[in-house]
Amino acid sequence: MRMDRATERMPHIADDRAAVDPVVDPADRSAGSTRSAATRPADDMPPAAEGRRRGRPGGVRIVCSLLVVASYVVAAVIGPVLLKYDPVATDLSVRLKPPGTRLPDGSIAVFGTDQVGQDVLAQMAQGARVSITVGVATLVLAGLIGVSFGLLAGYFGGWLDAVLMRLADIQLTFPSILLAIFIASILGPSVVNVVIVLAISNWVTFARVTRSQVLGIKRRDFVDATRTLGARTWHLVIRTILPSCTASILVVATVVLGHVILAEASLSFLGLGTPASTPSWGVTIANGRDYLSNAWWISTIPGIGLAVLVISFGVLGDALRDRFDPRMKSL
Amino acid sequence: MDNARDNAMGNASTAAAADCVVATRPLLSVRDLTVQFRTRAGTITAVDGVSFDLAEGETLAVLGETGSGKSVMAQALMGLVPRPAGRVTGGQIVYDGTDLLSRPLSYTRKLCGTELAMVFQDPLSSLNPVFRVGAQIGELFRRHRGASRAEARRKAIELMDRVGIPAAARRVDDYPHQFSGGMRQRVMIAMALALRPRLLIADEPTTALDVTVQAQIMALLAELKAEHRMSLILITHDLGLVAGVADRVMVMYAGRVVETGGLREVYETLAHPYTRGLMASIPALQGQRERLTPIAGSPPDLLRLPGGCSFQPRCRFATDICRIRRPELAPVPGRPESHRAACHHVEEVIAHGVPG
Repeated sequence: MRMDRATERMPHIADDRAAVDPVVDPADRSAGSTRSAATRPADDMPPAAEGRRRGRPGGVRIVCSLLVVASYVVAAVIGPVLLKYDPVATDLSVRLKPPGTRLPDGSIAVFGTDQVGQDVLAQMAQGARVSITVGVATLVLAGLIGVSFGLLAGYFGGWLDAVLMRLADIQLTFPSILLAIFIASILGPSVVNVVIVLAISNWVTFARVTRSQVLGIKRRDFVDATRTLGARTWHLVIRTILPSCTASILVVATVVLGHVILAEASLSFLGLGTPASTPSWGVTIANGRDYLSNAWWISTIPGIGLAVLVISFGVLGDALRDRFDPRMKSL
Repeated sequence: MDNARDNAMGNASTAAAADCVVATRPLLSVRDLTVQFRTRAGTITAVDGVSFDLAEGETLAVLGETGSGKSVMAQALMGLVPRPAGRVTGGQIVYDGTDLLSRPLSYTRKLCGTELAMVFQDPLSSLNPVFRVGAQIGELFRRHRGASRAEARRKAIELMDRVGIPAAARRVDDYPHQFSGGMRQRVMIAMALALRPRLLIADEPTTALDVTVQAQIMALLAELKAEHRMSLILITHDLGLVAGVADRVMVMYAGRVVETGGLREVYETLAHPYTRGLMASIPALQGQRERLTPIAGSPPDLLRLPGGCSFQPRCRFATDICRIRRPELAPVPGRPESHRAACHHVEEVIAHGVPG
């Protein structure tokens, strides 16, 4: 019964436990659990019913949002393979067809066609590829910069903290999209430049969150305890403090990922993002703007697609925070 | 203070001449250790000129109320004084012939784990919450001994078994929050002893635990201490707890040592009013039930220490001299040489009889 409850609380360790269990002699195990029940009253305090009632917060939301995100990733990976998309092909005979039109070649344009006769669905699949690539690459770059700056500032403090955090403050005084436009107009449009631009305008969130976590964690007893066991500074920072920050960093990452994908679309919409030959959602939405009155689907459908993805990331971040926060506090 | 030091030095050298040098050199020798904290309200001296020796295999109990400086002293020994607010401002910590304070902090760090180890007060907050306990114990073997993952795991199970954790082979993959307080403290002890240190500092190891579990943990510590033949500094405010374990006792008040000596010497003849007060506030299991006598007043504000003896405002023996001159730690007249107390009225205190 004890094991059931533990498995329920920590589903991810259930597998390991199953792998370990056969090693334990059954007699030994029962002896162990009766003995432990007697000697460890505190462990048996929270009854199983309470654990069930409390459950794991945000389970449904996490699964649903992950499903949505996963379907986008699948579409981005296999969509362009199934729906051939040629960015420079034009077929004016089928331009501006509404969603569901059967085209002369027999295929159905599910999301309609745009002003040069391109299939909007194929464009979106291609755009998902660009958007998700840019989003993830930016996230990794911004995360690396932000988390390392946050760790350094939080752990070492002093002038290093002052310099790094004032840098972050200065950056926060600019609206991030304005900063992105400024840098993008200097670097020029290309996918790599978009990643750099967005990483520069998003590392601050990571740095601040990591720093605040580190400030709280480095004063905890277990850090001192690890120190008394002979751990060096780098071991402490990377292997003791950083793992305790990951929950918060993960939550920030989901929020920032949605934000970055949106920002990339904004940049592309303004013509400062990916070049026209790599159609991201922003480019498609921008192209359809002129036809909103007579062909609403060119802008609207990619826009809805973008909104759903960003909202999913938002929900995911929220649910993850709900799940990780109470535990982090009670630890 | 100088007197005391000369005395101690003198003792050491005569003893060294009589006996083999290696055998008599203490494992740890602390001289005039002073730790200060700078706060907004002013500088406080948390540890004020503490000196003691600790021989190999010996157990020293450090007693005192909250705020008496005993934990800060332990932090100073392990190089953990929180900076930049706190600073070791003076003295020597000679470990195995090397003054740790004259070496960089990294030297002390190198000794940590393999030579020095520490068990903390709160076993929940001193285990890393995000790693399984087996991984935390095993990491020591992997880092310090270059053990493989499987080997480290095996040793972790062995060690958990040794400290009395039931079904260690299964519990090795649990997280700290799945253990009870007593079991967590056992895990902490297992980690501290994993690399077989020569000196273990236990900072109130049983304070956060149930009374029933306290005795078990103390018995475990005593057992492991004997098994590993290590030295132990046991910091506590529970006089009863140390009675069965300690060889020597050191009582601290307001950062200073007020009484020290062999366990029996001190417990038989309490020579300092503060130690008497501590003793009088323990309920006796046998004999007539009486009202407990608490120590009057409250622990001193280190920012506004009274003149003369720090204990003087709470002391019923206090006279004018106590308010003017601070008593030095000196041998108690008519007692073994090692029994020392810092009080102007030692004779009077002893004459007053043993309480309880």
